[in-house]
Amino acid sequence: MKKELRLMKGNEALAEAAIRAGCDGYFGYPITPQSEVLEYLSKEAYKRTGMIVLQAESEVASINMVYGAAGTGKKVMTSSSSPGISLMQEGISYIACAELPCLIVNVMRGGPGLGTIQPSQGDYFQAVKGGGHGDYKLIVLAPSTVQEMVDFVPLSFDLAFKYKNPVMILADGALGQMMEKVELFDPIPRKNNTEEWATVGKPKNRERNIITSLHIEPDKMEEINHKLQKKYKEIEENEVRYEMINCDDADIIIVAFGLVARISSKAAELAREKGLKVGVFRPISLYPFPYEKLNRLAENVKGMLVTEMNAGQMVEDVKLAVNGKTDVHFYGRMGGIVPSPEEILAQLEEKFSGELV
Amino acid sequence: MIAEESVCVEENLVYDRPKTLIDTTMHYCPGCGHGVAHRLIAEVIDELGIQDKTIGVAPVGCSVFAYNYLDIDMSEAAHGRATAVATGIKRMLPDKYVFSYQGDGDLAAIGTGETIHTCNRGENILIIFINNGIYGMTGGQMAPTTLVGMKSTTSPEGRIPELMGNPLKITELIAQLPGVYYCTRVAVNTPNNVRKAKKAILKGFQYQDHKKGLCFVEIVSNCPSNWKMTPVEANKWLEENMLPFYPLGDLKVPEIEGGK
Repeated sequence: MKKELRLMKGNEALAEAAIRAGCDGYFGYPITPQSEVLEYLSKEAYKRTGMIVLQAESEVASINMVYGAAGTGKKVMTSSSSPGISLMQEGISYIACAELPCLIVNVMRGGPGLGTIQPSQGDYFQAVKGGGHGDYKLIVLAPSTVQEMVDFVPLSFDLAFKYKNPVMILADGALGQMMEKVELFDPIPRKNNTEEWATVGKPKNRERNIITSLHIEPDKMEEINHKLQKKYKEIEENEVRYEMINCDDADIIIVAFGLVARISSKAAELAREKGLKVGVFRPISLYPFPYEKLNRLAENVKGMLVTEMNAGQMVEDVKLAVNGKTDVHFYGRMGGIVPSPEEILAQLEEKFSGELV
Repeated sequence: MIAEESVCVEENLVYDRPKTLIDTTMHYCPGCGHGVAHRLIAEVIDELGIQDKTIGVAPVGCSVFAYNYLDIDMSEAAHGRATAVATGIKRMLPDKYVFSYQGDGDLAAIGTGETIHTCNRGENILIIFINNGIYGMTGGQMAPTTLVGMKSTTSPEGRIPELMGNPLKITELIAQLPGVYYCTRVAVNTPNNVRKAKKAILKGFQYQDHKKGLCFVEIVSNCPSNWKMTPVEANKWLEENMLPFYPLGDLKVPEIEGGK
């Protein structure tokens, strides 16, 4: 079937995907470089599907609106950028503990602090290692194309409902702002079923539904934690996603996520033109991280280069995955600077000069 | 002598536990107004027959366990965020009755922003605001609503405005917002005031049908434990000290009641 093709900006493509995915509610607050999500939805959403779009007074309020709305069993989401996501962390922790499905989009900018509005991947730790208080995990998906900004929206909602867990799409500012051709999926109607756990008003034939993250007795709280950990284990077993580009015969593998993975593929091409066998491994799910696959890959290569737009965050997970089986080097740019393929090629040549002779 | 069995029959009942109020021991201190306020909510829900259409939002603070006592769907909220959570619920389910139940710390300190903006947006929800002038759950610290001169663990010599700022009349503040449809202040210290409080809560629920804006019911209440008084002393102190500063009565009523 011929799908609809359009040239779209990443943020707008994601917003269009939200409408088409049958999203019931968006609650957000403007922040560069993702404000187009709220702007696009404000223009388009309600009149097309009846989707509620509300500009909250702050990121703190918007994530708590998401919490309330998610509790009704509807498909709800928010989006923000790094400093805004920091403000949402308390609410995200509550949502994770209360086991509510929702989509949180982080279009990252340079930090720390107010930072810059240029692209970054500096929120990797915050996204995959918790971010808020307590032991919890988000499912984190990292798109590397505008097409994936579209495709990951319905996928995120599916995963969120399957596991009753918040899902984060972790993109960088460049992906939010760049325009590419996208193929749009056919609209999915909005949900009309009622989740059995949702707070929709208690009918006579069931007990009241309580959405809470308060379990004041330590025994009960530990029990909840065990339940959550069991769920995370299930997610780790079933939802690992990654992409491999020319890894079969590679001597060196570049590990990168998001936009940097695309830049790294260009660097790998340039390397192959020089006769260096370089492949690219791209984790798509940052949580669950593809530890096992990387561990197996490590057996057949001379080394790995982790490239990121941060000070070296995912490199820690790559080292954990590889577990000493091969050398792991790191190259990162910060503050909103996007590395070029040539720069990464130079790093390959410098760091693996011995192995590549 | 009339046999007890012939008196204790259904048609003679004038006072009973509302079916929305769960038959369990409450964690509130003896004499605390929360129990009364909970009962009033349960009575109103029963009388309106909306148990299956009502969703409550419980706060952080003493009433954090409100969902243990009300037999309705409820959501817990982070400290101060109850009205944002209620907004999310109501926007998804516009035909259901949604209320938040919040103390002075929750609503008038950490949640001031959410309170003002939810009121100003005119969300069709009911906010029930329990004002006892002190932080109960954490052990009697000063609240935004603590009266001048009133002692608390963090104002041991009494609240001194020059050092600690002034008590906040949040209800007067939000009454002027166009999104607020009905705004009133009641108390639960005497049987007469309890009856008026129930009427206010009833209106707060009923007015959601109008879809004209937010209803706000402040309930001036007590905290015998942290005020370090007996329940009787606390209610007397409330009458003599709280009510002069937080006067009872409607601050805003809809046109149908003769308001502007």
